[in-house]
This record gives sequence, structure tokens and C-alpha cells, in this order.
Amino acid sequence: MLQPGILALLQDAGRVGYHRVGLTNGGPMDPQAFNLCNRLLQNPPGTTALEVSFGGLQLAAEVDTFICLTGAAMNLRINGQSRPRWEVLPVQAGDTIAVEFAEHGCRAYLGVADGFKVTPSFGSSATVIRENIGGLHGGKLASGDVLPCTRTLERARLYLPEERQPRYHDIVTLRVIPGYQQSQFSRYQQRRFFSHAFTVSERCDRMGYRLEGPPIDCSVQGILSEGICFGAIQVPADGQPIVLLNDRQTIGGYPKIGSALSLDCASLAQLRPGGTVHFTPITPHAAHNALHLADSYYRRQPLLERKP
Amino acid sequence: MELHSAGENALILYLGSETSPAVSARVQAAAEAIEQALGDKLLDLVPSYASLLIIYDAYSTDHLAVAQTVRNCTASLTLQDSNEGNIVVLPVYYHPEAGEDLEALAAGANLSVDEVIKLHSGCEYRVYAIGFAPGFAYLGEVDQRIAAPRLSTPRQRVPRGAVAIADRQTAVYPAVSPGGWNLIGRCPLRMFNPQAEPTMPVAVGDRVRFEPIDRDRFLTLGGEL
Repeated sequence: MLQPGILALLQDAGRVGYHRVGLTNGGPMDPQAFNLCNRLLQNPPGTTALEVSFGGLQLAAEVDTFICLTGAAMNLRINGQSRPRWEVLPVQAGDTIAVEFAEHGCRAYLGVADGFKVTPSFGSSATVIRENIGGLHGGKLASGDVLPCTRTLERARLYLPEERQPRYHDIVTLRVIPGYQQSQFSRYQQRRFFSHAFTVSERCDRMGYRLEGPPIDCSVQGILSEGICFGAIQVPADGQPIVLLNDRQTIGGYPKIGSALSLDCASLAQLRPGGTVHFTPITPHAAHNALHLADSYYRRQPLLERKP
Repeated sequence: MELHSAGENALILYLGSETSPAVSARVQAAAEAIEQALGDKLLDLVPSYASLLIIYDAYSTDHLAVAQTVRNCTASLTLQDSNEGNIVVLPVYYHPEAGEDLEALAAGANLSVDEVIKLHSGCEYRVYAIGFAPGFAYLGEVDQRIAAPRLSTPRQRVPRGAVAIADRQTAVYPAVSPGGWNLIGRCPLRMFNPQAEPTMPVAVGDRVRFEPIDRDRFLTLGGEL
């Protein structure tokens, strides 16, 4: 690692099954881009890759291998030369890899053939800074860190055709499954919540995205602390909603109006401060179907092979 | 009992509305029954004071099937089913040098420091929830006489092992972290150790007693001041 940029973290699919000792999930903020990165590289699903937030990363290759950059539109340069994203590219020992600052979106995934070799903690390599767990040393990567990976001489040069590459917008609609303390929000307050635009505040990170908009009142200020699932939308006393994401606390005492669909949280995680968010309600049944459709779509994305 | 939708792959079960050992025991019994019934369709469970968050694998089941399983489990729930929980004794060095707020808390409560120690270590607590940070166990309830509100300005750095009170809850900080609870002592044991098995000495539903120890014993057990 020559230069980690704003925030570079090693992530796999995330840590599952340890909420009872207080451990959160971690994992990629945009699993769609992360999964495609591994699919392109022909790695098993959930193989450890680098999550690059905002950009500004520089690496020096120490082995011959193949890399792939997916996610936010961050220009990729190998030895100063601009190279395509969403494509498996060879690198040789001594090459310099630069991931520039994002033009659109916020999170990119830099994967390597067979993944970065990290000893898992609690079944996962996902880095959660707040818990000091995962990755190489539990924290964000720093210059001088060595990311272990193996020498690879053969790999099909797969790429995702341009028309299938995701575009990242500044406006995201989050589908919300009403639930939790929804009944503590009056019909009028729910209307307000679902009909106004909210802006992503400066306080947005891997724990959660704090939004700004018309204050939403809840009839209760606090509740007995209870479990918080991924995507839960909590509304503290100031009425400004917070969408809780990968590194959220596992329990908390603010009322929640429902939870955003994970597919849409991936788009939310590509927003930067100033981005716009709308909410729209969906039923648990529609949410279930949406998950299955998206899963089928992403698994069937046809990948093409670049012949030399 | 109430069962609500929580998210695309989560339901939340409410087994009461207040903090009490009886409600907590029901949460515990429900958690055990649901874990058994859902098997590998279950991804995670978050038991808390009066609720249980159930997170399932949306690719192998759905909310209707899980809701049905949960209703079946709770319909046949008997408290005899529930594990009584282990009794865990945690040694504590109660002293102003290990608990910066001990004297202020005693003064505010119109008690001597010794009386505060006696009240805090004189009863058994229940582990109601684990969260906030890895290994952070919410224990309740402390004697009303030593219940103290959170500090108006939280500390930037609370040391690992700090034993603290907030309202009628008490806890041992598992790692250095910011915190607004009143510090009254320090426990030399690790509350969360990723390298140990089990990683935590307590689980939700366990009962905890604090045992006062002196400075020498605290240091012998590995405590740091």
C-alpha cells in the first residue's frame, strides 16, 4: 500500500451470527458491485476484496496477478495508463495501481485473483473499525501495509459489457418495509416521511446515513433497547432519520419507522453528502420478491471474455 | 406477545413492555425454542430486554413461514423450558483510583463509599442484553439508592474493565471506549476476548454477582490502573 486514500478497508461478505456477543455485520456497503468483482475474477462468492471509499488509493504490485475494479466511477490507472473498470486486467510485480477520486458514486471494489489472504476473525475478514476487528489489524489500511495475495499466471479476461455496468445517480429511492414502531408515527407523519425528499448529511459513514429533511415526529422519544436489523430507519428526537447500515450497533433505543430494502441501501451507500433520498413503502411480500428477482438477475449477468 | 415486521429478512417479537426478570426469562425461552425450530434458516438472533429480533435467510424461507414457526414456538412456551442461566462472579476493585465517580456518586446519594460498594455488590444482576460494543452486557437492576443518571458530558476515554452505573443499569466496559456512565470500580477480567473460548464470560439470561477485591488481588488477577 503506497497511499490508502480517504478510506480503504478489506471486506468479505460480512460477519453473520455474532450479534449475541455484540458484533455487527460489516461487509461491503455495495454488495452488488462487490459480488460482480468476484464473479469477474472467477473467485468464490464472498472472497476478500478492498473497499475503496471516495478514492485516492495507490498500490504497488509485488506479484504477477490479475485485478478488477468495480463500483463507483473511479478512474483506474496502471503505471499511469488509464485502464477499463469492470474488467479483469493483468498486473506484474513492480506495477503501480492507482484508483483516482470518484466522479460518480462513493464505493469501489478492487479485487485480486483468489482474493487477499486474511486470517478471519469470527468467521469473516470484514473490517469493522469501531470494533477493532477484521482486515489486517482491525482498522483502516495505511501506507506500508502489505496485502497478501498469491501469484496467478492464468485467468480468463472477463468483463461486464458497458451497457450492463451500473450507473450511480445523486438521487436514490429507498423502498421501505414498514415495521418496528411504525404505529407510533401518526398517519400524517408517515405521509410526510414518504412524500418529502431528504438530503444526505455530512454525517454518513459505514454505520449509517443521517439524512436531513422535514422533521418526522414520533409519539415516543425512546423505547426499551432492542435489536436493530440492517437498513432499519431510526428517528431520534430531532426527527431526522438515520438509515442504519453495515457497521451499525446491534441494539438501540430510538424508535424506527421501518427498514430499507438492502438492494436500495447499496445505492444509498454510493451517495455522498448532498445526495437526495426518497422513501416509498412496500409490503414484506414485495420485498421478498424483489430480493429474489435481483439475485437471479445478478447471478445471470452475462460476462464476456476479452481475447488478446 | 406481539410479532412485527422489522425488515426484508427480520421479524421482531415483543414479549412484554418492561424490564423484569420474568420478561427476560420469556425472551430467553423464546430464543432457545426459535433457534431450535428454524435451524439453519436462522441467520442471527438479538435478544434484548423485552424483545427478540429474528433474522432469517430470505433465500431459503420467507416472513410468513417464519412468523408461523415463531407463533408455534411461543404458543407452547413454558418457562420450565428456559435455561436458568449461569451464575458468574466478577471481581471488582472499588476505589476512587479505579472508579473516578465513586465518591461523587456516594455524595449524591447521601451514602458513604462503603455503603455504595455494599449495595452494588450485595445483589444479583441479570444480563438483559448485549450490545453497544462487542461484549458490552447490560446488567440490571441496581438498587434504587445508587441509581445515577448518565454524565452530562460523556468521557472521551473509559478504560477497559471499568465498572459503571447508568440509571438502574450497571455494566463492565469490555474495551477502551467513550462513555457516559458513572465509573465506580474496575474488573480485572476480560469481558470480551476474541482469542478465548467462550469469548465472553456472560450471556444474555445469565446472573452476575460482583465481589469486592483489594488492590493487590486486582493487580494479581491482571488488572491495570
